[in-house]
Amino acid sequence: MTEPAIVARGLRKRYRRTQALAGLDLTVPAGTVYGLLGPNGAGKTTTVRVLTTLLRCEAGQARVAGFDVRREPDRVRSRIALTGQDTAVDELLTGRQNLVLFARLLHLPERQARQRADELLAQFGLTEAADRAAGQYSGGMRRRLDLAVSLIRPPAVLFLDEPTTGLDPRSRNQVWDRIRELAAGGTTVLLTTQYLEEVDQLADRISVIDAGRVVAEGTPAELKSRAGGDRAEVVVRDRADLPAASRILAEVCTEPPRVDIELRRLTGPVTDRVVALSGLVRGLATAGIEVEDLGVRRPTLDEAFLRLTGRERAAAEREVAA
Amino acid sequence: MSTLVTRVRYGVWDGWTMTRRYLTHVVRSPEEIAIYFSVPLLFVLVFGYVLSAAMVVPDGGDYREFLLPGVFVMSMVYGLGATAIAVATDVGRGVVDRFRALPVARSALLVGRGTADLLRAVLEVTVLVGCGVLIGWRVRGSVAETAAAVALLLWLRFALSWVGIWLGLRLRNPDLVGVIVFPLAFPLTALSNILVAPELMPGWVGTVAEWNPLSATAAAARELFGNPGAGGETWPAQHPVLLAALWPLLLVMVFTPLAVRQYRGWGIDPPSAPAVVR
Repeated sequence: MTEPAIVARGLRKRYRRTQALAGLDLTVPAGTVYGLLGPNGAGKTTTVRVLTTLLRCEAGQARVAGFDVRREPDRVRSRIALTGQDTAVDELLTGRQNLVLFARLLHLPERQARQRADELLAQFGLTEAADRAAGQYSGGMRRRLDLAVSLIRPPAVLFLDEPTTGLDPRSRNQVWDRIRELAAGGTTVLLTTQYLEEVDQLADRISVIDAGRVVAEGTPAELKSRAGGDRAEVVVRDRADLPAASRILAEVCTEPPRVDIELRRLTGPVTDRVVALSGLVRGLATAGIEVEDLGVRRPTLDEAFLRLTGRERAAAEREVAA
Repeated sequence: MSTLVTRVRYGVWDGWTMTRRYLTHVVRSPEEIAIYFSVPLLFVLVFGYVLSAAMVVPDGGDYREFLLPGVFVMSMVYGLGATAIAVATDVGRGVVDRFRALPVARSALLVGRGTADLLRAVLEVTVLVGCGVLIGWRVRGSVAETAAAVALLLWLRFALSWVGIWLGLRLRNPDLVGVIVFPLAFPLTALSNILVAPELMPGWVGTVAEWNPLSATAAAARELFGNPGAGGETWPAQHPVLLAALWPLLLVMVFTPLAVRQYRGWGIDPPSAPAVVR
């Protein structure tokens, strides 16, 4: 029964006008990769800043790696590492100088600092670029250097705030590989991201956050099913056919279909895309309804977000009213 | 007890690590220091040569000898820009956050920058003294007086470092700092005795220039180096060394707490306030 790597209860933080955290709870089991998923401004970065002792919140408690972030910040700091949103490396220094600098700040003796820098440069494929200024690195290289800095002294908990934002797919995959290796080595990783795919690839568990609180928690598979599965979509040529088409769609959907009169479009969630599609084609042909477009598609990231963050209902109501 | 000793030891170590970092910047990016040299050297050229015929020293000394101590002070002032830009860059890029998330002494960044600034100032004074000697400027004071003059120049720089650190922490955007430093520093240097003796200025302008903290250091340097233009009727002109010691002390007393407070209270503001785009 080991203590969770991160436990946060009722975190609240307010910036002048905005409530950044509105009673956020979080439990991250040790040795897992945990994803914090949410749109811009949801409170992901604020959460990371509170947990990494950079920011004090007005209410709530948090323990990281077994210590209270408010009362024992130095103990927390010596057990965590943070790779923030901006690549926080010194751009005037070379890659090697950056690593040696941070190794010295972690109080490694000079020789050990240099040795560790060499190891990490090799491990992150930066040996050739070691003596070039970090400011001249590509985005992907800078990210890798940033990550390497975080690993000079292997942390108990590693915080990664949007580690792949702005990276090309290749660099992103490289960063993902490093994170997987770390996780395999037993490091607890808290990862924030706006990309569903990223948590899907990496995280054991996810919290979806919006407006400063957790709106959904679970494994990626659980959340995906809650975010809604495939959706059937029919666009009819003649607006008068909408009621008839809606009845046909209703037979293959798990919920009553939604109608957009303006666009002559019907949508509804389905479980089996093949059964649903063939059923729809048959039904519409039998009824003699002319169709402009027909298909079953997966929910987009936007829809998943909107659904989990409860905004879909409001949008749906507007549609019906229209 | 032993934890206190450890803390102090780490505090010194961390501060020195940070000092080395800022000094490495000088080596890696010498153009930056060259830019800050170029301003005082430009003034030497413009005032010491182009305009020297029109410039008068009240007690009839050589204008270039009068000018050089002023240019040293000017160099101390413009160094503030380098400090503010370096600090704002760190803050804007999230480097400061990274330091703060490490078990590093809180004081390290500020102490490191302050120390590095002093060492940079030693380099600047050395180069400027060399340039001065080349154009005929001479030290006529004793060794002790000369050392005191250099010490007062460094003391001013130390005080102005804190102004720069505070400015950098406050503005967080190096581009913005770069834009405002000159309009901020230029009137301060112009409204002083650096280029022209205050008794030659009209009424209240002369009084302001007389009491300008930069005038105190320039006048003290002139007196101690034994250059023309020192002394005068007014109280500040008669006590330049005292004022050159006190003015920077006042700056340190005001801006050190401000900078420390800004640094400590870092987490109070939204992290993304004025983000640096690049």
